[in-house]
Amino acid sequence: MQQFPVFGDVADVRDRLEAVGYLADDAIATTVFLADRLGKPLLVEGPAGTGKTELAKAVASAVNAELVRLQCYEGLDEARALYEWNYKKQLLRIQASGGDSEWGDTHDDIFSEEFLLSRPLLTAIRRTEPTVLLIDETDKADVEVEGLLLEVLSDFQVTIPELGTIVATRKPFVVLTSNATRELSEALKRRCLYLYLDYPTADREKAIIKARVPELPEELAEQLVRTVRALRAMELKKAPSVAESIDWAHTLLALGLNTLDEAAVSSTLGVILKHASDQARATQQLKLS
Amino acid sequence: MSLLDRTVEFAGALRSAGIPVSTAETVDAMRAFGKVDIVEREHLRAAFAATVCKRAQHRATFDTLFDLYFPPKIGDGASQELEGMGGDGEGDDEPMDFGDMSKEMREQLRDLLLDGDEDAIRRFARSAVSSLGRTDSPAGRQSYFTYRVLRALSPETLIASLLAAMMGDQERGGMAEKVARQTISERIKAFEEAVESEVRRRLAETKGVEAVTKTAVKPLTDQVDFLRASRNDLIELRRQVQPLARRLATRLTAKRRLGRSGKLDFRRTVRASLATGGVPLETKHRPHKPHKPELVVFCDVSGSVSSFAHFTLMLTHALREQFSKVRCFAFIDTCDEVTDYLRSVDIGDAMARIAQNADLVWFDGHSDYGHAFEVFAERYPDAITSRTSLLVLGDARNNHRSAAAPTVRRLVKAARHSYWLNPEPRTYWGSGDSATNTYEPLFDEMVECRNVEQLAEFVQRLLPS
Repeated sequence: MQQFPVFGDVADVRDRLEAVGYLADDAIATTVFLADRLGKPLLVEGPAGTGKTELAKAVASAVNAELVRLQCYEGLDEARALYEWNYKKQLLRIQASGGDSEWGDTHDDIFSEEFLLSRPLLTAIRRTEPTVLLIDETDKADVEVEGLLLEVLSDFQVTIPELGTIVATRKPFVVLTSNATRELSEALKRRCLYLYLDYPTADREKAIIKARVPELPEELAEQLVRTVRALRAMELKKAPSVAESIDWAHTLLALGLNTLDEAAVSSTLGVILKHASDQARATQQLKLS
Repeated sequence: MSLLDRTVEFAGALRSAGIPVSTAETVDAMRAFGKVDIVEREHLRAAFAATVCKRAQHRATFDTLFDLYFPPKIGDGASQELEGMGGDGEGDDEPMDFGDMSKEMREQLRDLLLDGDEDAIRRFARSAVSSLGRTDSPAGRQSYFTYRVLRALSPETLIASLLAAMMGDQERGGMAEKVARQTISERIKAFEEAVESEVRRRLAETKGVEAVTKTAVKPLTDQVDFLRASRNDLIELRRQVQPLARRLATRLTAKRRLGRSGKLDFRRTVRASLATGGVPLETKHRPHKPHKPELVVFCDVSGSVSSFAHFTLMLTHALREQFSKVRCFAFIDTCDEVTDYLRSVDIGDAMARIAQNADLVWFDGHSDYGHAFEVFAERYPDAITSRTSLLVLGDARNNHRSAAAPTVRRLVKAARHSYWLNPEPRTYWGSGDSATNTYEPLFDEMVECRNVEQLAEFVQRLLPS
């Protein structure tokens, strides 16, 4: 089995991610580098909107790999995650042949590549080009799916009874994300490298905002980051994420506001706080009204 | 000592601090070291964290221990300086008066905090510890103390001047001030943490890592004792309410789904069979309607146990969708319904308003369980029905007053289930003025509930699957 195209060292990871617009800190760069070198799946956990999915996309574009994405949801099953036989087409094929052909031929025929619906996991394993497999929001899927993932991610092979075992020719770079709405199983965690993506430090957040919204004046970016951090320090239902800070920066620009005073904040509060109770609390504590 | 030995010891320390580290993970850590440049300490830390620390709430403990077992490169100034001082017979130490030095360093600290460069602050903390935090005991052994440094520099007293510098000519009292204050207190906290960690490192150097490890590691948040939680602990606990409620709810729905198969859904079964030529290969079922219990929470909000009551009320409130009805009653020596307060927008302030507005004190403001139960039975005779689970929160410390056992027995009988959550350790039950011995036999169960872990366990049991 061939390894994934390798990053040279940690600095190389950082540079290449930065080139595609993802600012990685030491921890992120090192962990991505290790995931690549050790060939282990990378489990990224953290609050919503801190760039978990974005990291997988950035890795994919940094190494010119294609991103195969498996979005998890309640009730996701093998047929949606791995593969499924296209039985409607199979029925059609049987009816079209009109019963004059041998059962053996028909059998071999309808269980062939043509009738196989490949789902993300199988797709990622079969690809011969560089691939990043993103398994998004793993915590939303049921516990049984974790079992399936364990099997697929440890050997990178899938057995289809009618076709035989398909082994990956090239190990995909696997990123799993989770919002930790439930604890993933110990077994899955043990097999992965773990990266917790928390809200970034003030400096890094400022750098991210400036990279994403280059037109934003330095002074305003500074104010924005500080205000967002003050909001995060409150006891809110949902603290503003990095994605929301970026949205906020865009909003301020679009409205042509060049300083972040009480009026500006209270008129745009909806961009960063999405709960009525959070808004009420922020208004009260920042003395906006 | 080789890196391997160190790693194994470190893994052992993590385990004894309550972080599960498997042997396979230790092996992964060693493999990871082979790949990174171990001179870069932050890379090493990240490699370790990625392989052995797989829960966010373990991260703080992990970092503390990592700093002890893999201290920053010696020669970063810290230890060399130390040797210099010791070697010259404390010569360099004398000329500079302690007072002058701390004054000068305060100036430096102020500039650093204003600037906010994290590395510089950390470097400064290191030198502050070596010049201000050291005491020489007669036996020639050195010891370091965080409080000495923090007292000499007293960063809190710098806030006013920092605020003035940071805000410039902006208007006081509004949002700008709040934001600036937040920024400053964040930086001061970072400085204090840096000092603490440097002191630990120094102590580990002189006394050995093992000795420091025991005192350095704080209990994990879900094991913090409610009754002994500090203010910071409580803030951290309150932050955990929402995620905890969400986790419990998710686990519950998952459990419910597993034991699914309600009645056959004929229409959907036939509809699905069309895809397989009219043969119903798969049967479809209606989902079970989950049984949702009614909950009556009766909680002691007197000083001694209010933090526990607060947390538990917040949790039941966050889980209210799992119950068909939740009614809350608070008491000190008499009781009042507080359901409406909890329904308000901001549950964080609810406790304060309960204390202000609800009618909880009848006689002297010391807990009186007996009277509270009597009043409850009299004023809310219809609160407890045969569908109700009754939940009493409190330490049952009754100040030697009447327990009103007959009334309680009647209430408990009327309810479907009855539980008592006691935040005191089981060994203390029944000692002194504790009335647990009277109450325990009356209830279905009296549960020891000292920390979040135990509470979560109980809530899971309470909710039917």
